[in-house]
Amino acid sequence: MVTQVTSFSRNGLSDWLIQRVSSLILLAYFLFIGFQIASGIDYTSWRALHDTTAMKVFTLLAIGAYVSHAWIGLWTVFTDYLTEYMLGKMGNVVRPVVQIGVVLLLAVYAIWVIQVIWG
Amino acid sequence: MLQVSVYRFNPETDASPHMQEYRVDTAGKDLMVLDVLEMIKADHDATVTYRRSCREGVCGSDGLNINGRNGLACITPLSETVKKNKLVIRPLPGLPVVRDLVVDMSLFYAQYEKIEPYLQNSTPAPAIERLQTPEDRAKLDGLYECILCACCSTSCPSFWWNPDRFIGPAGLLQAYRFLADSRDQATEERLSKLDDPFSVFRCHGIQNCVNVCPKGLNPTRAIGHIRSMLLSRAA
Repeated sequence: MVTQVTSFSRNGLSDWLIQRVSSLILLAYFLFIGFQIASGIDYTSWRALHDTTAMKVFTLLAIGAYVSHAWIGLWTVFTDYLTEYMLGKMGNVVRPVVQIGVVLLLAVYAIWVIQVIWG
Repeated sequence: MLQVSVYRFNPETDASPHMQEYRVDTAGKDLMVLDVLEMIKADHDATVTYRRSCREGVCGSDGLNINGRNGLACITPLSETVKKNKLVIRPLPGLPVVRDLVVDMSLFYAQYEKIEPYLQNSTPAPAIERLQTPEDRAKLDGLYECILCACCSTSCPSFWWNPDRFIGPAGLLQAYRFLADSRDQATEERLSKLDDPFSVFRCHGIQNCVNVCPKGLNPTRAIGHIRSMLLSRAA
């Protein structure tokens, strides 16, 4: 049986809300970055932009939104398809292994972004 | 002659299910799918097994997968579903098959039972009945008409993958029927049992349920109302 132990907030409403808010943050971030690239920003201006505290906070907010959004979405996929119901007894082995792998990957992404913008 | 392909499985004799072909003479009439099954049972093969009762779309017994779409056999005319003279009849998807077109509905009923589908009111019952205004009564329209045929829940992938955790569209439509009822006093208790990640929030709004409901109901809208109630309660 699939449980909610590994869900992002252990609460359906909270996960649902976080996923929607995080998608808005990501949309704003990618639109902003897309606009910068489309307007032909050069390297010097790009560095100057990312050196501002506001941009660092915005990027940090975006990676937080990315990690939470990705985990909530992937957790739903894993608990749909990597289950005892779908894979037999192996489901209860495969799912935690894949979940741990994805959590580690998302943690690496987050730490890497922090190191890039604050390092 | 209509070519009919029927899902057959007898767990006592068959190792696996198979499709059996029949050629049925409909005499050019626009029969209902149930009529075709009755003709097969009477004239071709008496062992074909299916559920049926009222034959007019009220009891919900003959929910089947007809040419890939869930519906009630008794109110689905051939003209609506037959393409290239071919009719394929399978049991409702996602539930264990008992025999041929008969499925075990235990999981479906277990989810219905979870939402406590009865009025909960601890005040003394009046002599005749609990009254409500016409406006409050109108809020139940589009909800109380559900006949529990399971066409919606068994067309929902979220119910296929987690039938033990996700209430499913039929159960959630009924959950909202009692949440919306002005005479019911258990709103808080009902909502507190629905805010886990599975019961309601496994619905991703793909609306297969709306697409197949033989009564024209809209479980997705009811699920949206439940989400709004959960959100208002938490905010």
